[in-house]
Amino acid sequence: MAFYVFAVIAVVASVLVIAQRNPIYSVLLLIASFGALSGLYVLLEAPFVAVIQIIVYAGAIMVLFLFVVMLLNAPHEETDYDERIHAYEAERGAGVPAERVRGAGAPGVNKVPMRFGGFLAAALAVELVWVLTKGGESGAFPSGAISSVKTIGQLLFTDYAFAFEVTSVLILVAMVGAVVLARRES
Amino acid sequence: MLSAYVPIAIFIVVATGFALFTLVVSGLLHSEKYNKVKLEPYECGIEPTTDARDRYSIRYYLVAMLFVIFDVETVFMFPWAVIFDKLLLFGLIEMLVFIFILVVGYYYAWQKGALEWA
Amino acid sequence: MTPLLVAQIGLTLFVFVMLLNSAAVMVYVERKVAAFLQQRLGPYRVGWQGVLQPLADIVKLMFKEELRPKAADAFLFALAPIIAATCAFAAFAVVPFGAETTFGGWLPEGLRLQVADVNVAILVVFAVASMSVYGIVLAGWSSNSKYSLLGGLRSSAQMISYELSYGLALAGVLIIGNSLSLTDIVNRQAGTWLGFIPKWFVFLQPIGFLIYMTAGIAETNRAPFDFPEAEQELVAGYHTEYSSMSFAMFFLAEYVNMVTVSAVATDLFLGGWHGPFLPESLGWIWFLVKVGAILFFYVWMRWTLPRYRYDQLMRFGWKVLLPVAVINLLVTAAGVLYFEL
Repeated sequence: MAFYVFAVIAVVASVLVIAQRNPIYSVLLLIASFGALSGLYVLLEAPFVAVIQIIVYAGAIMVLFLFVVMLLNAPHEETDYDERIHAYEAERGAGVPAERVRGAGAPGVNKVPMRFGGFLAAALAVELVWVLTKGGESGAFPSGAISSVKTIGQLLFTDYAFAFEVTSVLILVAMVGAVVLARRES
Repeated sequence: MLSAYVPIAIFIVVATGFALFTLVVSGLLHSEKYNKVKLEPYECGIEPTTDARDRYSIRYYLVAMLFVIFDVETVFMFPWAVIFDKLLLFGLIEMLVFIFILVVGYYYAWQKGALEWA
Repeated sequence: MTPLLVAQIGLTLFVFVMLLNSAAVMVYVERKVAAFLQQRLGPYRVGWQGVLQPLADIVKLMFKEELRPKAADAFLFALAPIIAATCAFAAFAVVPFGAETTFGGWLPEGLRLQVADVNVAILVVFAVASMSVYGIVLAGWSSNSKYSLLGGLRSSAQMISYELSYGLALAGVLIIGNSLSLTDIVNRQAGTWLGFIPKWFVFLQPIGFLIYMTAGIAETNRAPFDFPEAEQELVAGYHTEYSSMSFAMFFLAEYVNMVTVSAVATDLFLGGWHGPFLPESLGWIWFLVKVGAILFFYVWMRWTLPRYRYDQLMRFGWKVLLPVAVINLLVTAAGVLYFEL
């Protein structure tokens, strides 16, 4: 029962993410979707993963997304002010802006991204079919105690210690990348 | 085990319901007399000329980016701290190496002035 | 419906109402303490010594006109205060405030004085703290007012900067507590050293406690980190455009957040409901006393310290608090190793 509630929220929110014109709403719906996913993790008795999902994805990465969306000022076309400006420009006979606002689907402009998107969608579909057909074989799903924080920690810091150390290099690269990207002017 | 999470859900629903209810009730109670000037954003008495959603300093983006990075680091600290009583010296050395690599990045960000606001 | 279930539901609602009350009490206490520190009288007309002042405030706010700037995003503008209030309440759900009790034998088995006893409680507190950014950033953005946007951005950047130190201070306690459950951690702090020093983690983690409180104050946007109230530069920050009950929701969220930060500090560092003189079943009195002391400290700080400048605030968070928090964590680990705690 609870599974279906969370699953429906996750799927519907994810679909709505790409159906929004205003990217701020897309970000919020993505957060809702992550929240529902986190609920699913709780149902799978993996509370640690559930909470990490909230802390890292919903609480950190989405804040960054929100800042970026606000920074790019992408939803500008939606605001009253902009509509006033466009109306004003249209009056002066420019006429173009109204077309430009809706220009995302214009032919010949976005062919490469569209093809790439189509390729990705096809790959995802193949993957989905593969998972659905093969999924039954991995029957030995570890349950209960294996997902507790202590077990995760024990594994991560003994058996997978090297992977853990390599993660820090990954984080280091990300940090340097962020600083370089944002501080180009100096 | 699972049932432990149900009260949290109830609590969240009650809190949201309370907020919604209070806002709706207050909406029914108060009077509304609007005019054009009243509905303009507050700008200390000066007429607003441009939209507020302008582009702003990239520093906020940088802070958010560094936050994501250090947040991931912090998340690694939690399972480590909880089972430190079992890891002992090995765990400490492991974390020292991990943090040392991060300190390199931190030092770089510091030197580049990324941690500076003004 | 078993008695235990009834008691659990009753407890959940009781905690909610008490949190609401605590916010009202804090409004009154803050004004009275402020008046005391400034040698004024404070509110004294509504009820005895002005104790009904919060009620009068709420009634006034209920009847105030609700304003929304014309160019604002209507949906998000309405959503932001609800998110802020919900996040403020949600964190308290995992905070235990008393020992297990049967209410004098009324219940067949013991009931934990806590809304939800989950074994990742500390992480839930951290997760909810990370979610409360959204109420502020959305309020700032949706208002479509320059002061709101700047205030919202500043407050959210401040919150995420201090959240890291907040999390690292929590991790410091985990090293000596060996558990993510707040109930376990409180129970580790029972008893005394040498017969008179209580085994509170604040004595093992003094730096951690300072970091936690500093980051907690910054997280709740309180003085000396109260940028939404830096009226000379930001008017009223992210809630500049809010009025009536929507404004009250942000106000409520601020006070409930303060109570939650204080309650978590009590559980993590000050031994929760453990204390001398009182039997275990009345431990919640100790809990209230400790939380009250921290809240008083909050108010005292506000009327004593001047506000930081924004660049000072960010520099302090990233260049002082964060490294100190990491070093504290490593030193704690080394100490545990050395003294074999």
